[in-house]
Amino acid sequence: MCDTCGCNVTPGNAHLVQPGGKLSRTEDGREAVSVLRNLLHANDHTAQHNREHFERHGVLAVNLMSSPGAGKTSLLEATIDALRDELAIAVIEGDLETENDASRIRRHGVEAIQITTGSACHLDAHMVHDALHQLNLDGLDIVFIENVGNLVCPASFDLGQHRNVVLLSVPEGDDKPAKYPVMFRAADLVLLSKCDLLPLLDDFNPEAARRHLQNLANPAPVFELSAKSSAGMDHWLEWLRREIATARQATSEPHNLRSSAASTPPAP
Amino acid sequence: MHELSVCQALIEQVEAVAREQNATQVLLIRLGIGPLSGVEPQLLEQAFYIARAGSIAADAELQMTSLPIRVNCTSCGAVSEAQPARLVCAACGDWQTTLVSGDELQLTQVELTRKPDPAASPQPEQHAASSGVN
Repeated sequence: MCDTCGCNVTPGNAHLVQPGGKLSRTEDGREAVSVLRNLLHANDHTAQHNREHFERHGVLAVNLMSSPGAGKTSLLEATIDALRDELAIAVIEGDLETENDASRIRRHGVEAIQITTGSACHLDAHMVHDALHQLNLDGLDIVFIENVGNLVCPASFDLGQHRNVVLLSVPEGDDKPAKYPVMFRAADLVLLSKCDLLPLLDDFNPEAARRHLQNLANPAPVFELSAKSSAGMDHWLEWLRREIATARQATSEPHNLRSSAASTPPAP
Repeated sequence: MHELSVCQALIEQVEAVAREQNATQVLLIRLGIGPLSGVEPQLLEQAFYIARAGSIAADAELQMTSLPIRVNCTSCGAVSEAQPARLVCAACGDWQTTLVSGDELQLTQVELTRKPDPAASPQPEQHAASSGVN
């Protein structure tokens, strides 16, 4: 919502808008100023700026979210290896401390910018904006933003991504979408990760996870995969290819989708 | 606990409103919050007492209105109330709904005192408010 045209007036908050204009005087000379603006307006503004920056370079930005240890970095490692000859990838890593994840990614020959948030439990658009100052987007196809492992706070902050991908690992249990509705409602794709453990953890029912997601009115596809065994990786890689194609159709920018045969450098 | 970040953004917005309005003091801040905003009102209130310190809203009160979750069914067209983890249509039970309200996280109103004539005095000094609130 834009905060300017009135589209942020919803049936839920319409009664909060003061009748009779923007200003009204209350008792004792106090004046009431109606505002009706999203609290995260500044973040959303920077997020939009980030998104436009990605789009000018024909880059798809994917925000990866999950609880800690669900396998975001392992998925990225496997994805980078699988798409090595096809797509140019960079990664922005968010963690409270350490460069460990960025180091893991760099070992696969891909540029990685580490954001250490200190005690902050999420990435915000300003942190991503700062990271983008260190990252040359020319010639890239995808930037993955690996958010801080947390199923609560990251859901509230737009970073300027095009798609949200939420991982739910098999050991966590299939009812996570019901327990963390704000996060899973925001997902454009849900990956049931570590599915090589399904035979061991047979109380995890992928169909139950899908039902919980449907109860959130979220039509996002749900793929089962294992970065370790490579099972199901094809669906995920195909989804990425499709999203890149869709994003490029949406923007009229000349694109630089690289194939293994053509590696023309992009125009400056 | 991202509520402190949210509160810092809130104080920045309130300070901007206060500047626009030539306010001398902010007395009351009203928010509208939906359960699907991802922000917990109780935590937000605790964070507010930290975030307001030293600002023009240092003595301001925070009032939060919890907004209902309502969904619009794309099958039968009904608008019904729903729960955070169950956004299905209450009328026909279909899951294909769109959210009408319930994810708001908004500053709705600010109550403040201000100078009678801002053009007359360039210095934004505290003027004796008639109500001695706070």
